[in-house]
Amino acid sequence: MKFKGYRRSDGHVGIRNHVVVLPGVICAAGVAQKIANKADDVEYLYNPNGCAQNSKDTAITVEILSGIIANGNVYGVLIVGLGCESIRKEIYIDAIKRKTDKPVHYISIQKEGGIQKTVTKGLEIVNSLKEEANKCVREVCDLSELILGLECGGSDPTSGISANAVLGNTSDRLIDFEGTSVLCETPEAIGAENILKRRGQTPEIGQQLYDTVLKYDEMFKAYGEDIRKTNPSLGNKASGITTLEEKSLGCVHKSGTRPFNGVYQYGQMIDKKGLMFMDGTAYDVASIVSLISGGAQIIAFTTGMGTPVGNAIAPVVKITGNKDTATRLSDMIDFDTSDSISGAKNVEELGRDLLEYIVNVCNGEKVKAEINGISNMAINQFYSYA
Amino acid sequence: MINAVIMKDIDTVVTVTKNVSSGENVSYITCGGYSTIKATSDIPINHKVAIKDVKKGNEVLKYGERIGYATMDIHIGDHVHTNNLDS
Repeated sequence: MKFKGYRRSDGHVGIRNHVVVLPGVICAAGVAQKIANKADDVEYLYNPNGCAQNSKDTAITVEILSGIIANGNVYGVLIVGLGCESIRKEIYIDAIKRKTDKPVHYISIQKEGGIQKTVTKGLEIVNSLKEEANKCVREVCDLSELILGLECGGSDPTSGISANAVLGNTSDRLIDFEGTSVLCETPEAIGAENILKRRGQTPEIGQQLYDTVLKYDEMFKAYGEDIRKTNPSLGNKASGITTLEEKSLGCVHKSGTRPFNGVYQYGQMIDKKGLMFMDGTAYDVASIVSLISGGAQIIAFTTGMGTPVGNAIAPVVKITGNKDTATRLSDMIDFDTSDSISGAKNVEELGRDLLEYIVNVCNGEKVKAEINGISNMAINQFYSYA
Repeated sequence: MINAVIMKDIDTVVTVTKNVSSGENVSYITCGGYSTIKATSDIPINHKVAIKDVKKGNEVLKYGERIGYATMDIHIGDHVHTNNLDS
């Protein structure tokens, strides 16, 4: 199965051709946004960090932002810094150059001489980037070059029995075409660690999956929270979930049935094909961001109650098994799987339809979050700002 | 009328997609067609009903995986929840 995408000189493939304006630090965000607003068809990606973080969180910020810039959907980027922040120009440039050779420009407000001069210079840069980007043409690419991020949020009982079942089938199909899909949100796998362990392509990968889940479990315990004792919640139980295994499986089975071929750290660039696991938070926006940083060109997001979340870099496809949500919140839902509940279609048919829809989106069809211009940005951090 | 969903063929439970009263039929689609059992008690929407007998101490399967063990003998049509299932 094929789609038409953009081939980049670094070997990645994109399904969008974005020129991006990114503040190197939150202090520069207002100025960076001005540049993006004044330019035509340029994406603005908010950055909440860039300074006053300890070394561990700083490393995560650099890993995520450089990974996002390396994503195949990005043609080139302008980073707007302030000048005195701790993540300096060289740190960004070095991290980015290790991942990609695409055009990267950097200007800083203190050096340029204020807001107006920075906006003028920034506009010149993004306009010339845009001119170059417009010369790129879509070429036939193979599904084996696609990385699909798997995400869920605002779940309800239909998520487990419908949307996640359908997405699992779609993921299996993509893997069978030698493509890649990535499960994330480690806390939601607590309780399913033994099942994940059996799904490793090798015993070593199985053990890695098991250890990754238990590490998150231990981290919560260190903060005084015991996921195993507090889940399923009373609300979960009232809505029919009896055990933690059942709750976790309802989430994890959106990764289908194929074996896991790798475990990656939060935001780490994915360099293998097949089904992958990315370690990280269950905070929807921060986990979508890690998938995009890892190289996912498209995110499949299942939701029972509905969520408008999107990202400037990659289309976020909203999938629901709740007919009422699909109807009432139709301007934020892209794909309705509720036919698997009514019996009008089975999971296999819907899994095939969803893959077809995803290919259409790869070819350029816009999802609701893109049509509505919604872009959210968060980067997980372990400590508060220093 | 279809009012339940089975996730994998080997599962011992189905999930009802409507409120079901005691004695009412629970019907779900299988790969060969559809199957029907009778609920032995009221089953709230989204809760589980046994489609296979499971002896106390044996595995209860959903999503093709073990979600816990029967804490008492479970019979076809029984509401499967905290009263008879635990991990």
